[in-house]
Amino acid sequence: MGSRCADMDWSPLAISLKTSLVATAFALALGVLAAWGIQPLSGRLRAALDVLFTLPMVLPPTVLGFALLILLGRNGPIGKAFLALGFRIVFSWAATVIAAAVVAFPLVYRTLRASIEQIDPSIPNAARTLGLSESGIFWRVALPMSVPGLIAGSVLAFARALGEFGATLMVAGNIPGRTATIPIAIYFASEGGDDRRALAWVLIVMAISFIVIFAMNLADGRSRR
Amino acid sequence: MSIELDFSKKLKGFVLRVKLSAGDERIGILGASGSGKSMTLKCVAGVETPDEGTIVIDGVTVFDSARRIDVRPQRRKAGFLFQNYALFPTMTVAENIGIAARGKGGRERESLVSDAIRRMGLEGLERSMPSRLSGGQQQRTALARILASEPAILMLDEPLSALDSHLRSSVERELADFMGRFAGTTLFVSHDRDELYRACDRIAVLDGGELIGARDKRELFANPLTVTAARLSGCKNLARAVRVGDKRIYVPDWNLALVTASEVEREVAWVGVHGHHIRGAVRGEKVNCFEFNVDRRDSAPFSVSEYITATREAPGITRPLCRDYPIGVDEPEVNERVYCLPPEKLLLLRE
Repeated sequence: MGSRCADMDWSPLAISLKTSLVATAFALALGVLAAWGIQPLSGRLRAALDVLFTLPMVLPPTVLGFALLILLGRNGPIGKAFLALGFRIVFSWAATVIAAAVVAFPLVYRTLRASIEQIDPSIPNAARTLGLSESGIFWRVALPMSVPGLIAGSVLAFARALGEFGATLMVAGNIPGRTATIPIAIYFASEGGDDRRALAWVLIVMAISFIVIFAMNLADGRSRR
Repeated sequence: MSIELDFSKKLKGFVLRVKLSAGDERIGILGASGSGKSMTLKCVAGVETPDEGTIVIDGVTVFDSARRIDVRPQRRKAGFLFQNYALFPTMTVAENIGIAARGKGGRERESLVSDAIRRMGLEGLERSMPSRLSGGQQQRTALARILASEPAILMLDEPLSALDSHLRSSVERELADFMGRFAGTTLFVSHDRDELYRACDRIAVLDGGELIGARDKRELFANPLTVTAARLSGCKNLARAVRVGDKRIYVPDWNLALVTASEVEREVAWVGVHGHHIRGAVRGEKVNCFEFNVDRRDSAPFSVSEYITATREAPGITRPLCRDYPIGVDEPEVNERVYCLPPEKLLLLRE
């Protein structure tokens, strides 16, 4: 067993953790900005944007992967721009981050929006009568009050980013040491008949997920007390 | 400083109509829950928008539906004390107050905040979080915050109803001090007539969605004019009345024909009499004196409520009247007595 551990390629663990952390950071920033941007809007525009921001959570990962390929690929608007700068996005590590951030983003956005909606309306109304701008209310009152929700959303986003497979495979592929995350390593190990290796990664992912959710529940219980 | 309100807003089930003008005085707004009291204040503050009409604060038109004026709440200079005080829970007392003085220069802002803290007696609590404060301290913090925002008018939305009864009288006194020092117009909303009577000069009644003018509080309680105003001013005995003469009415519910002190006008449809105004008849007294059956007596610590019905045989059901008297004025435990409804105490009311 020791020898097997020794000849195991550990790079998927590092790639997965790095990808998930960076993707969570992006999802967090974008989730906050989206919640901020949507807040002065009302009616149809708000409803439409809300659907758009939630879609990545419910769409099949292959659909997202295909959409990302169109955007980021050689002929896509974003891909082309970066190519002009001498950087190819698809099948790079950046692509794993983008795929993971896109699927994780709705979890931050929705939990944050839910916590903001739970705030007693008299609090923002009091802020208005005291002269605070709408933006000031978001950044100085609503967001600090939503920190527990933001943390919960980030943890869920991290867990989701860690598990991202379909879109990642389509836009980043399976390049060992660069884009091969744990879920991708599991798939190719299982495909190649290396069940022991696949099982080892499965147990590692389960352990990480368990610890993350456990820590979140612990923190949640403490903040409620 | 003054306000001129003339607006309407469609709410669930009724239309709220407000017509009120006030100078540097304390105006009470009395209404049952769900009558639109809070909505009235919110429209003035600008956090809700009326459908039609005008709102003028301090000579400045802040809302005019015809001219499409709708000044943002941030610029209306309307201090608003919310029922639950609405302190920002993630900020300390000093930060809560400081945020209201934003936009001022550093020096001026500091003096505004420290001045507000001193005036509201919050020294030593500057770094406390709102969740650690008592109800009274929370209210003082909310008032200090309003003070620091330098409002032109002050609006209080049921400021005492969130407090435990043992705290209420001391907090009410603090609030009265605060209002006494405030120079502009104050609107004080409550469902508690005693609270409003103590706190305000004039009182307006929200009746069926309509708030039309404020009346001197003594006048309002002595002569409420409408049946809702009478009910809100604490009159328990209210019944439909039929005009049968210039100074005569018949009250079917009580099965009583009553003489009134003043002339019964055409629009009078109800009569009311306070429980404490029904008294035992003096020997030989005739006017509005009747034999009653005492159906039931309820004792409170310091007073008794007695439910009485007229004994005269008549068709139909008679609804009992409620008679209140203080404990100690011991009445004999007889069940048939002669009581008098003094004509000058009868309230003649419109719908």
